[in-house]
Amino acid sequence: MDRRRFLRVAAALAPWAAAGAAAQTKARVVVVGGGYGGATVARYLKLWAPATEVTLVERESAFVSCPLSNLVIGGHASLDDVTRGYGGLAKAGVRIIADSATAIDASRKAVRLARGPELAYDRLVVSPGIDFLFSAMPNYEAAARAGRVLHAWKAGAETVALRKQLEALRDGAVYVLSIPLAPYRCPPGPYERACQVASYFKKAKPRSKVLVLDANEDITSKAALFRKAWAELYPGLIEYRSNSMAVDVDGPSKTVKLELDDVKGDVLNVIPPHRASQLAADAGLITHNDRWCNVDWRTMESTAVPGVHVLGDATLSAPAMAKAGHMANQQAKVCAAAIIEMLAGRAPNPRPVFASTCYSFVSATEAIHVASVHQWNEQEKTVTIVPGSNGVSAARSEQEARYAWAWARNTWADMLGG
Amino acid sequence: MTWPRFLALALCAVPLGARSEDDALARGLAATCANCHGTEGRSVSRELPSLAGMSKEKIAADLRAFRSGARPATVMHQLARGYTDAQIDLVAAYFGARKN
Repeated sequence: MDRRRFLRVAAALAPWAAAGAAAQTKARVVVVGGGYGGATVARYLKLWAPATEVTLVERESAFVSCPLSNLVIGGHASLDDVTRGYGGLAKAGVRIIADSATAIDASRKAVRLARGPELAYDRLVVSPGIDFLFSAMPNYEAAARAGRVLHAWKAGAETVALRKQLEALRDGAVYVLSIPLAPYRCPPGPYERACQVASYFKKAKPRSKVLVLDANEDITSKAALFRKAWAELYPGLIEYRSNSMAVDVDGPSKTVKLELDDVKGDVLNVIPPHRASQLAADAGLITHNDRWCNVDWRTMESTAVPGVHVLGDATLSAPAMAKAGHMANQQAKVCAAAIIEMLAGRAPNPRPVFASTCYSFVSATEAIHVASVHQWNEQEKTVTIVPGSNGVSAARSEQEARYAWAWARNTWADMLGG
Repeated sequence: MTWPRFLALALCAVPLGARSEDDALARGLAATCANCHGTEGRSVSRELPSLAGMSKEKIAADLRAFRSGARPATVMHQLARGYTDAQIDLVAAYFGARKN
């Protein structure tokens, strides 16, 4: 058999042979977004398939963690404590491009950037995070520009700005925290934040008040543990109102407008509802409710755009799967494993496993958790919680706070390299 | 390119030490532990133990003791219930074969 004929026969026999050959000539994977999902998938592709050419597009020069950033707001950590560089990923062989992805051309398998030349890919992973639906609150953006309201729901400058506003308050002031309807990023995060602000008030401004306006009918995560912490650690400091959805803000009068009622405050921390980021919308990845991206949980591949995988908070979460950094990290490993198999022309693991442990600090030194393990469920054709694997802390403890910091250090090293 | 040279290259292209399906499964399962116990079981914090370097017998026995409740825990009694016996054995063998 001559070579040409061998190639023809091989190509006819195995449709994967071509893909397998491509994988050997350095398959190119482009990752957009260097948060918990994107950084992890880049790291694990290099760890498990070092020959893969992995390019990460991230506009920020450093990673700032949302998990643990409420400690900055409470005054128990600095922004530096929750910030890490991308040097470890570069050392692991990931090519890092400091730029913004502006468009995805899936038909040509290319990503356009704001400044640099476009990037061609064999597989694309987008871990784009969320955008806020400011349209839900017509005057929010004007009030935000005037410095009269903030969300601090993307860790960084707003986290520090919120801390400064709290420090500048007089004693006897009111901090208003508005929580959108679920699903939103980090279900227990707002209640943890209420604890952190209350811990600061208790020490520095004991006549002040935390007013929680929750659009949901009850605390959405770790409810009994948060209620107990509020009652025992911060008596009289936290007022909680359920079924209180913000529909707008008024900057000049520092007012949160509810459906039936107006609430004034001295610091307005209003978290608008969110959806998958604009990049995902423009790329046609949003498939659910005009907000979230459906994926196949066995590969994290978009159900709408072949060759494009979506990670993290932008996805339409599987049942009882939280939008959370830990979960994005776990999704990224399933995605990395699937991409390696697909590029090699093999079938991906049909039964992926996702584990989650989520800690919340109820004071400077005590934490609580919720944990769960999710496996592929053949009957439901999605990922569901393994019965018995989900649960919360027996009680808040200093031991769990130490574990929470250890979780952070190990997770940041896991996603960003050494 | 000559035919023998093409063949030689093609053979080189087969990954060295081609993995079995179980190896890929074990690697993926073990990666679910990394957030608390470190990448490939090497923890960077003294608060939480490395799993690399432990014997596979100890890891499997510990996970089963967490699962049954025989060994008290803050969180592992919950997480351990998320894995089947076969998965526990795969994870234990993966870390047991690694040096810390």
